[in-house]
Amino acid sequence: MTTLVFLEHHEGQLLKGSLGVLSKAAQLGGDVAGAILGSGVGGLAEQAGRYGAQTVYVVDDPALAAPLPQPRVDALAALVRDKGIENILFAQSVLAADVSAGLAARLDAGLNWDLVDVSVQDGELVGKRPALADSVYVDVGWTQAPRLAIVRTGTFEPIESGGSATVEQVGAGFEDFSTAATMVEQAHAEAEGVSIEEADVIVAGGRGLGSPDKFALIEQLAEALGGAVAATRAVVDAGWYPYATQVGQTGKTISPKLYIGCGISGAIQHKVGMQGSGTIVAINKDANAPIFEFSDFGVVGDLHEIVPKLTELLKNR
Amino acid sequence: MTLLARTARQGGYSSEPMKIAVCIKHVPDTGSRRIDPQSKRLDRSGEGALNSFDAHALEEALRIRESGGDGEVVVVSMGPEKAIDSLRKALAMGADRAVLVSDEGAAGSDLVATSYLLAKALEREQADLVLFGQQASDADGAVLWAAVADRLRRPVISQVAELTVAGGNARGKRQTEFGYDVIEAPLPAVVAVSDAINEPRYPSLKGIMGAKKKPQDVVTVSELGAEVDRAGESGSRTTVLALSDPPPRGDSIKIEDDGSAADKIVAFLVEKKLI
Repeated sequence: MTTLVFLEHHEGQLLKGSLGVLSKAAQLGGDVAGAILGSGVGGLAEQAGRYGAQTVYVVDDPALAAPLPQPRVDALAALVRDKGIENILFAQSVLAADVSAGLAARLDAGLNWDLVDVSVQDGELVGKRPALADSVYVDVGWTQAPRLAIVRTGTFEPIESGGSATVEQVGAGFEDFSTAATMVEQAHAEAEGVSIEEADVIVAGGRGLGSPDKFALIEQLAEALGGAVAATRAVVDAGWYPYATQVGQTGKTISPKLYIGCGISGAIQHKVGMQGSGTIVAINKDANAPIFEFSDFGVVGDLHEIVPKLTELLKNR
Repeated sequence: MTLLARTARQGGYSSEPMKIAVCIKHVPDTGSRRIDPQSKRLDRSGEGALNSFDAHALEEALRIRESGGDGEVVVVSMGPEKAIDSLRKALAMGADRAVLVSDEGAAGSDLVATSYLLAKALEREQADLVLFGQQASDADGAVLWAAVADRLRRPVISQVAELTVAGGNARGKRQTEFGYDVIEAPLPAVVAVSDAINEPRYPSLKGIMGAKKKPQDVVTVSELGAEVDRAGESGSRTTVLALSDPPPRGDSIKIEDDGSAADKIVAFLVEKKLI
């Protein structure tokens, strides 16, 4: 079995999600390689070896400087064909979704997405995908190689195994249509604050806060816990909090060790973005709020009283 | 901080009339969604509706056409015959023409087969712009546009929350994990829009009455000139092996606040070694 993991990077760092998928691939066994595509990215290869890659293919080309999907499809398609790769695994991201689907079309290969597990059963790769708002789990397979898969954010933790990889530089050719789109402005991580996808603790606020200024309560609690602040779509749409903090189907997917939801009903739109959290605490005055169905510790009560008290208790510890 | 939902309406203007194809999906009603234990696929026999995410793509197409003064908006779908209902809704909202790829042989198509057939239907249209919504609410797929763009050999921009079409280019602002990108691509191009881009209109009574008279083509796989064995299950490369219940969460505690909730939360976090 030969497996290739698409190693996404941003501002000189391999992303945690990609390394988690790489660690999982190493556990599954066989030949495991990573692919690092970009411009001036050779230095990232060594990192990948520590997380289980035996080989790292580096495609370094100015056409890959911006994180656009289509030139990556060209480069990966060539790699898969030349190296006889059977499985290509991606960690979910805006970029990975477009790269994997383009590659599936190019190779006429099967793509299964949103996987919360991958395993090898009787020598065959099998994925597990939650469906219908996670009410049912579906085991999915592929009829033939190459097999493509996108793993849900936060599913696998990176595990450092201390190995080192053979680094191989690979050239690439690009289709005209693949380089037609250009990045006019590229997103950069905000300099301040913890990214909500990387944070170990998330305190999230919803419509139950009552008004935008009440986000101060959420911010203070997050600060006391050393965590980051997230918001639901309802309050982002209402203009109470920035879109970049939105968790859910149309926002980000988070998997902190601790999630505290305040004034959040737990609509499916939000749930799919945070259900991977380790421990879920919910505070809501509505005893019937769906969030209590998937909380570890639920409090039916007024967040305006409970949250400030909780912040004080934590600060005084 | 910029709130895209509020500034999105700066975009969408075109100087010359253009042809826009909007891909839409007919999805089973939320309440009645089930997986057929026999086929292990989503049961599509019941009532359905236009995938809500696709209404945003259609709305964007209509706004571009309206700002350009002319042009054509064609809605394209693949699905069972009932999918014509969603196409009619799109016509009622203002689309000019509908194309439905409907064929027994296309049932059970996965991403690879669907993108192949949809690209075949789109090739016949030769649109300047192909629009998609950001996901299918039934299968949670959010990837089809990239596969179709590769088959059409056209540039793609996804997750677009603010779209400008002018001077033969599409320019999209979109949210990623790191903030906002602005991407530009020459037409013809494929663009997938986010649902933050606009508020879709409701069909007017006049629109609903007029929809019936608008052209509606239902085509088969062979009429598209597509290879039959690349459609449906024979053209698909993924399979469903088994269904199971989701794993249960561990014990959960639910209390009513009697004034001591904050202390109890702290005690719980200490017990879980989270603080």
